[in-house]
Amino acid sequence: MAPRRTTLLALTTGITLLATAGCSSSFGDGGDTEQKTGGKQELTVLIGTSGEAETAAVRAAASAYEEESGNTVDVQVASDLNQQLGQAFAGNNPPDVFYVETHQFANYASGGSLYPYGEHITDVEDFSATLRQSFTYDDQLVCVPKDTSSLGLVINDDLWEQAGLTPDDYPATWDDLRRVAGELTDGSVTGLVTSSEYQRLGAFMRQAGGWITDPAQTTMTADSPENLQALEFVQGMLQEGTWKFATEVDAGWAGEAFGKGTAAMTIEGSWLAGALETDFPGIDYTVLPLPEGPAGPGTLAFTNCWGVAQQSAHRDAAVELVDFLTRPDQQIAMGNAFGAVPSRESAAADYLAEHPGTEAWGASGDGVQGPVTVGGFDRVVGQFNTDLESLRTADPARILADLQSYGEAALGAGN
Amino acid sequence: MHKPALRGRQGPWGWLFVSPSVLVLGLFLALPIVMALWVSLLDWNGQSNPFTGGQATFVGLDNYRGLLTEDGLDRTLFATSLRNNAYYVLLFVPLSTGLGLTLAMIVNQRMLRGRSLLRTTFYFPSVTSTIAVSTIFLFLFQGSGAVNSLLSWIGVKGPNWFADPRGIVWVTLGNLGLADPNHPSGFLTDHGFMGLSWFEWLSGPSVAMSTMILLATWTTSGTFMLIFLAALQDIPRELEEAAALDGVNRRQLLRHVTLPALRPVLFLVLTLALIGSWQVFDMVYVMGQGAPGNTTLTPAFMSYQSAFKNADYGQGAAIAFILFAIVLACTGAQRWLLRERNPRQGRRR
Repeated sequence: MAPRRTTLLALTTGITLLATAGCSSSFGDGGDTEQKTGGKQELTVLIGTSGEAETAAVRAAASAYEEESGNTVDVQVASDLNQQLGQAFAGNNPPDVFYVETHQFANYASGGSLYPYGEHITDVEDFSATLRQSFTYDDQLVCVPKDTSSLGLVINDDLWEQAGLTPDDYPATWDDLRRVAGELTDGSVTGLVTSSEYQRLGAFMRQAGGWITDPAQTTMTADSPENLQALEFVQGMLQEGTWKFATEVDAGWAGEAFGKGTAAMTIEGSWLAGALETDFPGIDYTVLPLPEGPAGPGTLAFTNCWGVAQQSAHRDAAVELVDFLTRPDQQIAMGNAFGAVPSRESAAADYLAEHPGTEAWGASGDGVQGPVTVGGFDRVVGQFNTDLESLRTADPARILADLQSYGEAALGAGN
Repeated sequence: MHKPALRGRQGPWGWLFVSPSVLVLGLFLALPIVMALWVSLLDWNGQSNPFTGGQATFVGLDNYRGLLTEDGLDRTLFATSLRNNAYYVLLFVPLSTGLGLTLAMIVNQRMLRGRSLLRTTFYFPSVTSTIAVSTIFLFLFQGSGAVNSLLSWIGVKGPNWFADPRGIVWVTLGNLGLADPNHPSGFLTDHGFMGLSWFEWLSGPSVAMSTMILLATWTTSGTFMLIFLAALQDIPRELEEAAALDGVNRRQLLRHVTLPALRPVLFLVLTLALIGSWQVFDMVYVMGQGAPGNTTLTPAFMSYQSAFKNADYGQGAAIAFILFAIVLACTGAQRWLLRERNPRQGRRR
């Protein structure tokens, strides 16, 4: 026994020593980060890019800022943005400026990792109210949206004509949608193919007058009759076979099915344009607003925001960089490069005038719903999305009841 | 068992010589484990230093409670992941061990021609990266992929493998007309354990999960074959000859000579398979991240998801420790089952 006890003792001593050494040196905690002022500032930017086009556009904008300000900007592309940001925050060494996805926003904001800079941005009222609401925490606008995209109904022009349909048949209501999807479905072609996530199907909940939470995101409203009506409508079309989810037609996502021509219609945002141009050039399509439901028009808007790290030593310069990147001319340049609709309403108007046919992707106003941005809500919507996969055979009321109870638990824990 | 005592100053010198590896082990193994154990007792969002107080609050066993005893989404998901992985272990361990042993015995035959070629062929899948193989499998098992095309030649309409969340137990019973998987009712759905109904517990691995089990069996059996082969070649020929003189047939030879001689290696292979299969992660990450219908969710993947996707590092660490306990328990049980029994107490079963 003697040797074993010695081993244990030595190991424990070693661990204790290492723990003391490790904790005392590398982590610095508490207090505000000291700011570096004056002279040339070196900024790091971490982005989760949608592709080459976006990376190139951000790099170009960053070098334009370098020339204007004299600071240097290092743009890094994350392979897994949330994981890399999480590690960087935990290690007290975050990039100065980075993309923040809506579902991580509440988590970072409540953790105090984001420097709320909204009031320092030029003409901040120009950003659409829905998007500003998404990025407000504790009544402060924490970060500004880098661009926006709302969902539109995208139709394949060739398949539309082959089915004997004309522009007069463009669906304006749910019934219209159901009818044209039925006429378009033929053999290997399915009328409507979308992904099964709430990030698409939720638009129908909005059109029926419902949504997952109330506007202030403090109460769950998932098990409402409006939401049920929306899911039952979707279920009806799924059972008729005129609407299918992307996995059912062997596609990784709806855009792939649309590009291959196995889907006559799909519901996607402006990112579809870039993807089609890269993978399926030469396909003719038309972007329409989503059909109106019983409660009028409704669509979902998506965006990321430009986060500035609370721990950054160059916060002023970082805010200056964000201010530069969200200038109308820069936003329009980004839009030209990879199809992102500007998040400033003035710039969006100019951009959409320049790019006719994409208005539906830049929807603004009452019917536009942003995603849920409550802390800890990620796994709740994850479960909701899992349940929606089997919507065709499942009981919609049960799905919504589960969402309601899981959501209430998460809201209770988050507040 | 008496060992000569260390003489003079040998002890300190010994410690000095092993100190580099003790240091490395401590720094990269023991210390992180202790840190993770601490994190599993915290409510930590990953945005502060968990070791100096700050924002991470100490919540005791709350993370474990949320996973094991409190009714809610976390427990349901965790129970689902345990069910999935248990079926994975239950099928994968015997399948891959059995296949590995069979392959080893085939290529161990002295009369077999082209042995080296066969050995290389069988071992090949093990050298290939799981990520690459998984990606290929994704294509092969698409709804209109190669596998379903092959099946259609013999008049079978294959499922959309990786998008099919139905459990194979109910699918089989449904096809035999013994149960109606679409409208379950009665005791099985009304009662359950850890937030999952018995109907769900008993559903077996989903079609998607079964495909993953197939893939894992195919890629690992080569490694196990190699281990078994080495052990088979270590069995003295005299043993087999003596058995032959006693007039045993091949089955008796396998059961009373070969398998007992292989027992230590069998234990090694089973342990490796068991530990590996409770930690399955890479395939899940590539092939669906829990989809379809959470039926490929495993505890290891859920741990990753909790920590890095949901920024609940405490829960992620807690899952990892529960997993650790499960692996320890399984290995212990297996060690006990495969223990060296006193031959006089009767023949080994």
